[in-house]
Amino acid sequence: MRLDERGKQCPLPVIDAKKALEKAEEGTVVEVVVDNEIAVQNLKKLAAHKGLESTSQKVNDREFIVGIKASKKGEAAKSAASSFRSGDGTAKEEPNSPNETGNKGGGAGEAQAVLEENGAAGISCQPDTRDKGMTVVLSSGQMGQGDEALGKLLMKGFLYALTQQDKLPGTVLLYNGGARLSCEGSDSLGDLKELEAQGVEILTCGTCLNHYGLGDKLAVGSVTNMYEIVERMTEAKKIVQP
Amino acid sequence: MEPEKIVFCKGGGCTAKLGPGALSRVLEKLPKTYDPNLLIGYDSSDDGAVYRLTDDLAIVQTLDFFPPMVEDPYIFGQIAAANALSDIYAMGGEVKTALNIVCFPEAMDLNILGQILQGGSEKVREAGGVLVGGHSIADQDVKYGLSVTGVIHPGKVFANNGCQEGDVLLLTKPLGVGIVCTASRVGEASSKAMELAIRSMTTLNKYASEIVKKYRTHGCTDVTGFGFLVHLCEMLGGTYSALIESESIPFIPECPDYVEEFYLTAAGQRNRNHVEDQVQFMGCSFAIEEILYDAQTSGGLLASMAEEDGKKALEELKGLGLPCNIVGKVVKRGEKTVTVR
Repeated sequence: MRLDERGKQCPLPVIDAKKALEKAEEGTVVEVVVDNEIAVQNLKKLAAHKGLESTSQKVNDREFIVGIKASKKGEAAKSAASSFRSGDGTAKEEPNSPNETGNKGGGAGEAQAVLEENGAAGISCQPDTRDKGMTVVLSSGQMGQGDEALGKLLMKGFLYALTQQDKLPGTVLLYNGGARLSCEGSDSLGDLKELEAQGVEILTCGTCLNHYGLGDKLAVGSVTNMYEIVERMTEAKKIVQP
Repeated sequence: MEPEKIVFCKGGGCTAKLGPGALSRVLEKLPKTYDPNLLIGYDSSDDGAVYRLTDDLAIVQTLDFFPPMVEDPYIFGQIAAANALSDIYAMGGEVKTALNIVCFPEAMDLNILGQILQGGSEKVREAGGVLVGGHSIADQDVKYGLSVTGVIHPGKVFANNGCQEGDVLLLTKPLGVGIVCTASRVGEASSKAMELAIRSMTTLNKYASEIVKKYRTHGCTDVTGFGFLVHLCEMLGGTYSALIESESIPFIPECPDYVEEFYLTAAGQRNRNHVEDQVQFMGCSFAIEEILYDAQTSGGLLASMAEEDGKKALEELKGLGLPCNIVGKVVKRGEKTVTVR
């Protein structure tokens, strides 16, 4: 089951997810598509509070998928009522739990098993989409020569578009002006992190970081040296240099 | 009229604030101007600015506006004005003048705007101030608020970070108005809960401020969009810690039900992200956590004062007719800034 909640403000994505989970058959993974991190956090909070398994995946800056596995029918509503009793003493029976089965056991353990079987929306379950022979070389913070502002904009667009490709590179090398792209304050951090999450190696030249005074600002991937840079470039089957 | 109603309220109030983390990153990059007469500026995360004119007179300035959080334009006007005026009271000042700030869609019925402004002007008058003008622009969504100027004695300003060890913490309004308004937006709030939320939001902090001013108040702030815990952490300023008693927290009684239904805002989650490292909960319900992180619109004052003063002040505050209480105390700096038990 999939709910597209993009464009809806909190708490609507969470409320819709909660309703869907209450109706869903045990073991069904309800996938909720949202457009911001806070909504992801609120959905995961819902899952954690109700004792349900959840996974999350960032597709891009405006698209996140949270998968929550439904437990026994009405379980979400039941656990809500019971947490009051342990809490602030204002115990109340949940009024909206017509599907209550009275069966409270066996939630989390089964959830785990089913989730793995279904191969829900986790990153680790996606097929490897890397073309390991492809190395992307970013030697400047700009794409092409000409107007600087345009060059930066193009580079940002390039890295975003790269995350959207069917085939991702095995490695992204960043040196000279390109080293700024992987540091704090870069507009492309999100995209580089996205690539890293998909298994792409992000390597930034250490000499360059030191030269620009960015030694402690690297925010994604790891530091590399000239030997490794030469090795990755000479061994690459294809070099992409925007 | 029905479609306009939907456009009117999209879930606003202080829940529409930018997150505290995002905001401080931007503010710290701005160049600071030094002026010996600027007694309080934005760098101490205070509510308004205080500028000294003479040895015994300073002006307090503040500005606040936001989108509607209730369907009734007149009540929205009252709430937005009470919220904007509150910053003056959180500093211990007296309201003098106010200017309207209005964003309003060109296509919307102007009578709605009239009702908003009427609600606002009534609150300014109740505050003892004069509405002296304003500025309005056409915009996609409704937003309303005030820019307020007040006066204060430069030696009698409540700093928001002046608390002392052993102080008790006094909260003058119930928490949970953000949760109740969210429940209301999806049509699930009871009329009783909404009635209390509206009564709380439209009540001027003037009265609470006048009471706490009579005592030796060491620190004071108003609880708004950043929720109780973020405001409390700012107030403790890295110097002290606080021990909060979850049983003593005044909140709108229906809130735990609404928390279980997850009528929670993005703002509450942003507040949690901002200070959760500094807060520890010991045996508290999830509902209490959410209530303490809930973004408040026109929330109460949070005052820090000596214990004997606090007890007397509380007795007077109860006379104002809103749930209020001593919620905890200021203690020596510990590992966590706030412990809730």
